Amino acid sequence: MKGIPEMYKKAEEIFFRILMIISTVSIAAVLLMIIFSILYNGLPSLSWEMISQTPKGGFYFGKEGGILNAIIGSVYLSVCSTILALLIGLPVAMYMNVFMIRHKKSLNSIRFFLDILWGIPSIVYGAFGFVIMIYFGLKTSLLAGIITVTLFIIPIMVRSMDEVLKTVPSGLLESALSLGSTKTEISFKVFLRQCIPGIVTAILLSFGRAIGDAASVLFTTGYTDSIPESLSDPAATLPLAIFFQLGSPVEEVRQRAFASAAVLTFIILLISISARLLSSKFNRNKIKF
Amino acid sequence: MSGNTKILISDLYLSIGKHEILKNINVEIPENKITVLLGPSGCGKTTLLKTLNRLTDLYDDVKINGSIILDKDDILHTKSDITWIRQKMGLLSQRPYPLPMSIYGNVSYGLKIKGIKKKKILDEKVEHYLKEVNLWEEVRERLHHPASDLSIGQQQRLCLARGLAVDPEIILADEPTSALDPLSSQSIEEMFMILKKDYTLVVVTHILRQAKRIADHVVFMYLGEVVEQGPADEFFTSPKMERTKAYLKGAFN
Repeated sequence: MKGIPEMYKKAEEIFFRILMIISTVSIAAVLLMIIFSILYNGLPSLSWEMISQTPKGGFYFGKEGGILNAIIGSVYLSVCSTILALLIGLPVAMYMNVFMIRHKKSLNSIRFFLDILWGIPSIVYGAFGFVIMIYFGLKTSLLAGIITVTLFIIPIMVRSMDEVLKTVPSGLLESALSLGSTKTEISFKVFLRQCIPGIVTAILLSFGRAIGDAASVLFTTGYTDSIPESLSDPAATLPLAIFFQLGSPVEEVRQRAFASAAVLTFIILLISISARLLSSKFNRNKIKF
Repeated sequence: MSGNTKILISDLYLSIGKHEILKNINVEIPENKITVLLGPSGCGKTTLLKTLNRLTDLYDDVKINGSIILDKDDILHTKSDITWIRQKMGLLSQRPYPLPMSIYGNVSYGLKIKGIKKKKILDEKVEHYLKEVNLWEEVRERLHHPASDLSIGQQQRLCLARGLAVDPEIILADEPTSALDPLSSQSIEEMFMILKKDYTLVVVTHILRQAKRIADHVVFMYLGEVVEQGPADEFFTSPKMERTKAYLKGAFN
């Protein structure tokens, strides 16, 4: 029997190769264009004053002041909610993959619900947070924002950790059990070590969503020109700072929106790089199966 | 049978969902001998091995009936803690699963969870057990390197050392040489021959020649049932059952 002609196979190979190259290059190009446009529009108005001062009177008409309020507010909000979500999410993911391993059906339904929660738009979490605030008599505050953002990133955190923990082969679990370890010991001494790089990725993913989201903090954290001094103060956030400044009719203010976007990007970059460096120290012990 | 019985399995049935994996298993595992569970793939030998230290607890929808008596205690219905029973049995799996830590960390892991913290004792024990599996000379200069740097054969010996360090009475080995090169396989087999002085070994294999080389006692399984069992020389020279004769001739594999 004669197979597919070699010519055809070769053409197919070349076609798909070109297709993949085009996709990869265009994705990279879009990313570079975003960064370029942020820097091009933002760098001229990015100054020390911009990142070291809170808005002064007339800031929103292009006069002096900066976005320190939003930088501090965003860092507080995202760091606190990422830590909270980690404290809640890591045990959930461990429980699913070490303790519940024989309950495949329940596991699947948990994963299904978490995926739904992941898919819910953040504005819905904002509205939900708002309802909770009213119920408990909370005002717009850093605390309300942290709670809302934590709820919003927990599914992201749990599911991305879960996907990594799922890759641990059952043989490793069996070996560790045979050595007489309890499941708690296995969670923190074996699974955690094996999955550190993936868990760091999960944390970064959640942190990125937490610091970059505008909709969930709109009603819950509010916006203010001053730096929050306690959890019950409202706080400004960078995404909202960008949003308000971009909507201004004043040219300088719109320029500052881009500068704020550059600051936001820079913070994410800084956190990502340092977390990667940290996790690579643990990476060397990972067993490749 | 000469010597004492270490593990006594009686009327063991195991099913997963509607699938019957093990049927009416009655096996005596003699102390300080190598018992080989022999049979074609999918006959339930691995499942039987894992039932011995209740790794079957990890399976979904599993039903087990019968009893497995070890030291006068029924493992399947025990009141004592299963992690404690598992420490009596070291496991060597089909391919090595080193823990994600250093070579030193792997051997000392079991000791540490047993509560041994003194560095001097740990150092001594790590050296002792690495020597026992002939790995010490190869790794003494790089004890704190990741275990994943080792070759598969070395990893399997490391896993054996790690298991021995917990001071078990029984070693369960599930086709321990199937992922290894001939030389590493040979060294594992030689180690088993030495280890049987101090430990009771249960080795799963589908390699007839390996069974002939190492077995003192053979349990031949087919489709979830024990077809024949007995001392190795009797089993290989004068098998009683038709199925055993056919298997030994290589009629099915």
